[in-house]
Amino acid sequence: MTSRDSAPAAGPWVGPARGYPSSRRARAVAFVDRHLHVLFPLPTLLLVLGLIVYPLVYTLLLSTRRYDLTLKHYANIGLAHYVGVFASSRFWDAFGRTVYFTVLSVTGSIVLGMVMALILNRDFRGVRWARTAFLLPMVATPVATSLVWMMMFNPTLGVLNYFLRFVGLPPSLWVADARLAIPTIVMVDVWHFAPFAMLILLAGLRSLPLEPFESAMIDGASRWQIFTRITLPLLRPVLVIVLMFRTIDALKVFDLIWVMTAGGPGFGSETLYIYAYSQAFKYLDLGYGSAVIVVFTLIVAVASVAWIKARERAWA
Amino acid sequence: MPQRTVSPRARRRVARIIEGVVFYVTLSSLLLFFLFTLGWMILSSFKSNVQVTAYPPLWVFRPTLQNYIDVFTKNSFFSYMLNSTIIAVSAVGVGLVCGLPAAYSMARHRQAALGFFVLTARILPGIAFLVPLFVIYRQLGLINTHVGIILTHIIVVLPMIVWIMAGFFEDIPRDLEDAALIDGCSRVATFARIVLPLSLPGIVAATILSFIASWNNFIFVLILGGKDTITLPMAVYSFVSFEDVNWGGLTAAATIITVPILALSLVVQRFLAGGLTMGAIKG
Repeated sequence: MTSRDSAPAAGPWVGPARGYPSSRRARAVAFVDRHLHVLFPLPTLLLVLGLIVYPLVYTLLLSTRRYDLTLKHYANIGLAHYVGVFASSRFWDAFGRTVYFTVLSVTGSIVLGMVMALILNRDFRGVRWARTAFLLPMVATPVATSLVWMMMFNPTLGVLNYFLRFVGLPPSLWVADARLAIPTIVMVDVWHFAPFAMLILLAGLRSLPLEPFESAMIDGASRWQIFTRITLPLLRPVLVIVLMFRTIDALKVFDLIWVMTAGGPGFGSETLYIYAYSQAFKYLDLGYGSAVIVVFTLIVAVASVAWIKARERAWA
Repeated sequence: MPQRTVSPRARRRVARIIEGVVFYVTLSSLLLFFLFTLGWMILSSFKSNVQVTAYPPLWVFRPTLQNYIDVFTKNSFFSYMLNSTIIAVSAVGVGLVCGLPAAYSMARHRQAALGFFVLTARILPGIAFLVPLFVIYRQLGLINTHVGIILTHIIVVLPMIVWIMAGFFEDIPRDLEDAALIDGCSRVATFARIVLPLSLPGIVAATILSFIASWNNFIFVLILGGKDTITLPMAVYSFVSFEDVNWGGLTAAATIITVPILALSLVVQRFLAGGLTMGAIKG
């Protein structure tokens, strides 16, 4: 407002006359100015339509067709693929594993991220170095680091079993054990994403008001009481954001699983993403694969919408 | 009741020491957990083929550069690096040219629908777009081409750029723009000469973060790529597809891929929280 008031609105020169553009260039600029709200987002809108909306609709169409690149079968079959998906025990197993993976990964990364955030929220020598160190796994290339984890998981030569033997524990098969595959991959996923949870939680901790903490200290509350009765409730909106992002990302984990186990041993670590990928691109059954993809995408979308709604309530 | 011999002050001191011990034990075990894999990767990359599979694992050894030499001489690793760079730079370039104006428009005109559409790309799994792209690419001959991969990487970088920058643009005081407009600047010129320079730190952050996202991406190249478009994640993945895993070469390759982006990410540390949550929280 101040600049508007102090602007030389009544000066001798008030800029080009709006209504009478002098040159072709000025006319073009005036045109863009008038339609800025349409023209500026236009390229992005076209990209979104071409690369996101159109493929989504196409996937939906493909899911109602027989479209098998190996058998060369093409036909409209309505919802038959969906009937097949929901009748498939492999689908339901993958669904269960996806839920299992997501719950473990979200819980693990948020608990660990919270511990890290609380540590970094304190003042100690080297706090900046610690912060930087914690951030590194988050940006490291997942394919590369997952393969390094695989090297460390090696049952006979891996350094992790060396550590286990060193402290007197029996060696583990890690991802080679069908029952341990998911928890082990979750560990790698937590390694990747706990720093992300930490970053958001730390930003949240820093933004909390000081007064409630001061009065609690005066009242002689213990650290644990302060954490559960003051920090956590105040942090609720931020926690919802972390839960939202972590749920979305955990549902969609592909690189880690594909690189480390490709869904094995057996189907021991086959999540919905891996199942959809195998149907579409390993067996090249694009019709059935699309149906799996649609169901999977809907699950991710529903989970996201649920969290977005929860977020709106938490901020209100 | 027996008289207490420990004074409250001494008890507080003991409690403080215990707390300090717990604090530093937690801190160092966390640091160990988060840094060990990266450290082990770098350490192993300097081991010979015999040393890298030695059991018990070697901690002290004579380092060799052989793995790095092999990675570059026995593979076309330079061309993989070039592929990754070309794809990431082009995708980010297109992302910036299209995304910056869109983000500005979103920040100034509250275009929620646009924001929602861009966000779907962040939320939905990549495979949701992949089957049609695969079908269309096969028809258009875009499989195994740079253009094809760049297009898909735009899906990865565009939402990041738009959401990070929309947050930045919102923080720029409108007074500055109003002043420029009244002085006769067009809105386009205001955007180019006032808004963009002022949001340079944000643009740098968005550029680096989206570059990393493209650099790290795997699934689009896995399906739509080919021998002419092998990017670095694909190259390191190929080290295990042989009978025998070449761990020395793999760790060297993994180090070469990871270290540049770790260094880049340090530049934008300050913006990571806000950037990676797409403006859902101001970092």
